[in-house]
Amino acid sequence: MSENETMAVYCGGITKSYGIGEARVQALRGIDLEVHPGELLMLVGPSGCGKTTLISVIAGILDQDDGECVLFGQDLKQLSHNQRVVYRGRNIGFVFQAFNLIPTLSAAENVAIPLLINGMPMDKAISRAFECLRNVGLEGRENALPSQLSGGQQQRVAIARALVHNPRLVVCDEPTSALDHETGRRVMDVIKNLAVNSDRALVIVTHDARIFDFADRIAHMDDGRIEKVERNN
Amino acid sequence: MFRIALKMLFGDRGKYLGIITGIALSSILMIQQPGILISIFTTMYSFITDIGLPDVWVMDPKVQFIDDSKPLLDTQLYRVRGVKGVEWAVPLYKGSQRVRMDNGETVGCNMLGLDDASLIGGPAIMIQGKLADLHQPDAVIVDEAGAKGRLAKPSSTPGGKSTPLQVGDSLEINDKRAVVVGIARATKTFQSQPIIYTTYTRAKNFALSERKLLSYILVKAKANESPQAVARRITKETGMAARTADEFKSMSLWYIIENTSIITNFGFVVLVGFIVGAAVTGQIFYNFTLDNLRYFGVFKAMGATDRMLRWMILLQALLVGGVGFGIGAGLVATFAAATRDSSDLTLKLNWQLLTGSGLAVLLIVLLAALISVRKVLKLEPAEVFK
Ligand SMILES: Nc1ncnc2c1ncn2[C@@H]1O[C@H](COP(=O)(O)OP(=O)(O)OP(=O)(O)O)[C@@H](O)[C@H]1O
Ligand SMILES: [Mg+2]
Repeated sequence: MSENETMAVYCGGITKSYGIGEARVQALRGIDLEVHPGELLMLVGPSGCGKTTLISVIAGILDQDDGECVLFGQDLKQLSHNQRVVYRGRNIGFVFQAFNLIPTLSAAENVAIPLLINGMPMDKAISRAFECLRNVGLEGRENALPSQLSGGQQQRVAIARALVHNPRLVVCDEPTSALDHETGRRVMDVIKNLAVNSDRALVIVTHDARIFDFADRIAHMDDGRIEKVERNN
Repeated sequence: MFRIALKMLFGDRGKYLGIITGIALSSILMIQQPGILISIFTTMYSFITDIGLPDVWVMDPKVQFIDDSKPLLDTQLYRVRGVKGVEWAVPLYKGSQRVRMDNGETVGCNMLGLDDASLIGGPAIMIQGKLADLHQPDAVIVDEAGAKGRLAKPSSTPGGKSTPLQVGDSLEINDKRAVVVGIARATKTFQSQPIIYTTYTRAKNFALSERKLLSYILVKAKANESPQAVARRITKETGMAARTADEFKSMSLWYIIENTSIITNFGFVVLVGFIVGAAVTGQIFYNFTLDNLRYFGVFKAMGATDRMLRWMILLQALLVGGVGFGIGAGLVATFAAATRDSSDLTLKLNWQLLTGSGLAVLLIVLLAALISVRKVLKLEPAEVFK
């Protein structure tokens, strides 16, 4: 257990199925996985193998059927519904394939959302958001609406939003698959440079082989299982 | 997050205007019809309201509502004056007389004959002349709407503008001359006939054919007596019906309600307004939430608590409800103000109606918010990765 506490993510024997009876799909068939602080782990594998399901469990937005998922020593199953929501708000950052920026809010307002959820006053949150947008190279675009930004710029706004509250774990589902190769690599550069620091962990789901080189380790999944984990260098 | 919730709402200009319009329209539907109803009811007993001074109205027991006066014997007046607790009692004549115009046409008018000495029951607001001018020979006072309307002197050229009746003009009532000494403002009556005020004695002259002219006895209770108690006592001692002004008003009102389907008809329209309003507003607001469901899911994943989401949606609903109702009520009120002086049926708004329709709109938006909240709270945050 003391070893788990130093671990960013510890998964032991996680199973998850969807549906019942005939329609039942076993998405995860016993996942064991560890992610260390300061590490960028990529989850790769064929479509439908359970990658999204696994990071949903890791990020605490989906309940596993069985097994243990411990984040920084905290077993999410021990928390009440509300406590888990608050835990997510403080400790986890999200980047989505479809960006999921609110179309009627400016870039800065979008970035400020995790801070506002955590109760920070608007003006303070916005000035933090400006800082973060500068870090992802979007200085001067703070008041632009998402529709006025390119795909790569939108994803950089999303990255700023995932990092603005300094979460200990960042999960990304296919962050580059809506972008062309060049833009995707540039976005990964931003993620790698900003997100990884000594006490933060990143889990990135992808099947974009062209960005594998950004990973510290790559976990290969197939049919609800982790086939192998390889170190990347 | 409340600012964010509002920005989500305002950001989508088209949808925001759609919701606001929906709520404004259903507010109009819910306010306008009862507004007309209130206006009808007020004009129905405007006669009682306008004669504000007496506490108690004494009448024939068979009288069912205000315009249904049945004459009493003049001697009854003295019997009422003898009842304990009566400060004063004066006669009032209320009847219909025909006025002959210069061009030979006759106009049906309401005539009020007031107690010669006190002129109690006379109009409160005089536009021209004074109430006391009624003491002059052949004097009558005409209400403003009548003077400008049906009693106006027709133009000598066909189709030309008619001239309002003025002080100094004369009229012919039952072949007797009457001189206009004043113009008064009175609340419109239900039949919107011109009102002619004169003294009780002169009314007897004008209405030669009628033998009994005492329509109502107006009574003021002594300061230390309750009007109800005095009314009960008058009934007991004289056998006539005695009612306080409020009792008389509500009796007249109930007579109309019971003998017409006015409430059912208006109630039906109001109910339809409410149902259509609830359906339309609920639908548009729910659609707005559905369109934003993905973003509510993102908020959820990022740690927005159920409580926070509930408040955000509630705030959005209250805001569109408030703005929509404000616009709707404002439009109806403007319309009511603009048509107040027309001689047709007008609209009247009172605070009860505005509170009632406001609560109905509140109920509608709360219902809309409720189903939206349910949808958002049931949402799996894991959906955001889809
Ligand atoms: N909500 C759901 N209800 C039913 N089945 C589901 C649901 N979500 C996922 N599945 C099924 O579970 C399995 C794993 O899905 P998951 O989305 O985790 O795969 P994935 O590896 O992310 O695939 P992709 O690369 O296409 O995104 C698939 O067979 C999928 O059809
Ligand atoms: Mg997936």
